[in-house]
Amino acid sequence: MAVVPIQRKPLTFAERTYLPQIAAGLMTTIRHLVKPAETLQYPEQRPAIPPGYRGAPALVRDPHGREKCVSCQLCEFVCPPKAIRISPGAVPEGSGREHVEKGPLAFDIDMLRCIYCGLCEEVCPEEAIFLLNQYSMSGLTRAEMVNHKDKLLEMGGTLPDTHFKWDKKKAAEEAGGAHH
Amino acid sequence: MDFFLNLPLLVQVALKGLAVICVIFPIAGACSMAERKVSAWIQSRPGPNRTIIPAFRWVPVVGPFLQKLGAFQLLADGLKFLFKEETVPGQVNRLYFILAPVIAMIPALSTVTFVPFGAWIDRDGRVAPLMLANVDVGLLAVFAVASLGIYSIILAGWASNSKYPFLGAMRASAQLVSYELSLTLSVLPVFLWINAPGTPGTMSLAKVVEFQSQAGFWGGSWFFITMPVSALIFIIALFAETNRQPFDMPESESDLVGGFHTEYGAFKWALFFVAEYSNMIVGSGVFVLLFLGGWNPLPWISLATLAGWLGIAAHPVLVGVVSIVIFIGKIIGMLFFFMWVRWTVPRFRYDQVMEIGWKKLLPLAIANLVVYAVGIALIQK
Repeated sequence: MAVVPIQRKPLTFAERTYLPQIAAGLMTTIRHLVKPAETLQYPEQRPAIPPGYRGAPALVRDPHGREKCVSCQLCEFVCPPKAIRISPGAVPEGSGREHVEKGPLAFDIDMLRCIYCGLCEEVCPEEAIFLLNQYSMSGLTRAEMVNHKDKLLEMGGTLPDTHFKWDKKKAAEEAGGAHH
Repeated sequence: MDFFLNLPLLVQVALKGLAVICVIFPIAGACSMAERKVSAWIQSRPGPNRTIIPAFRWVPVVGPFLQKLGAFQLLADGLKFLFKEETVPGQVNRLYFILAPVIAMIPALSTVTFVPFGAWIDRDGRVAPLMLANVDVGLLAVFAVASLGIYSIILAGWASNSKYPFLGAMRASAQLVSYELSLTLSVLPVFLWINAPGTPGTMSLAKVVEFQSQAGFWGGSWFFITMPVSALIFIIALFAETNRQPFDMPESESDLVGGFHTEYGAFKWALFFVAEYSNMIVGSGVFVLLFLGGWNPLPWISLATLAGWLGIAAHPVLVGVVSIVIFIGKIIGMLFFFMWVRWTVPRFRYDQVMEIGWKKLLPLAIANLVVYAVGIALIQK
């Protein structure tokens, strides 16, 4: 391996007076002074949200209007700060979806506890909970900062998927076949 | 003019004092705003640009422009300082604690009176300086009164009865003593040069400007051209004397919290602030007068020449206004330079400050004085 001796020159007189360096620094700062500002004027201008952004979590419906959550509570158990609380219940008789068996009676996400880790989205077997692009939450009381089921479904809207897992299950069952 | 001169002396003095307060306070406030804006621009930020008085929202162009410039932020800051609660911490010596900011204001405002800020052409056709107190000791008075400012810092640091203000005050006093020497020595060549043998001796700042407005190559050149080393030493020492970055040892937020004004708040703190900017204004004024030709527009072009070109030489008031505009413009340029340097150069370490002061600047100032003294003696013998 070749050894390259590095010349360690002593500082020149000009360098030891600091003055050329200060002048160079002044030139740098004056360039920045005439440059337009980099600042985003926040409330008027919004930042571009990158794909995969983890914002507020919300529940979704499928294109038939069925809430996808089946109240398995995996998200509640995986949630590190324990921000999610689900009260499971039976799907009401006569809704035509009794075969799903379980649905959330109440689904609360405390946005003061949520750390936007995205584990709920990752763990959900039903693709029912998603993290949105929403990053600005505000409220005047603690109670206001808890998102209830209606709010979560409204925030999430409809997921345009075409699995219709539970419809297929029901159809297979009625045809006497095995599960799809 | 005659009406003013016929007033009783006390009324005149009171009016002059009021004028100083009414001019310096808003300028100092504007400086604090300018400081924030300049720092913002240098860091590629817009700076304060939101505050607006509701009535101005409907003024078409001027309102948004002033809002962008942060002009209303200045008013908001001023109001905040006026209406904030005046707290005095429990551990302090109350009398000296309250006295310190007052003492800071006295030299800061009184030095303004010794600085000529313009000139007009009097009845005899001579260029006469405009100043509040035309005393012959001129610069000596400025130095003598300005060096009293350190007492307020020492008093503030001592009366605060707490660690960081005390350290800040100690640093400030050592620093100011160290750099005062170089500051004074650096201006001596200027006065050696203008006080030629056989002429009546003077320390007047107006005379220095008069000297820089003469005809001819040497007469018209400003002293920063003929005495660049003096100008350099003076400006470095001025940074140290006004406690500006890179010499803001007495405050140095990173190691002393706030330095001597750590325990101060509200209006008392604002007084220190105004005093600092006032010192800066007077310091830059003295620098402009000594080395940058005072109210002369350009080197080798004197105010009288400019007045001749503009055809206003016969109007003393117009000449006065032009001279004041030129002088204030130069001071604003200097203040911008102060801010520009502040947001460029990092703070020196304390031992570096002492080393620069005693081992570099002082020998350089003495050598500079000796060289110029010999040179001037040879030229003017």
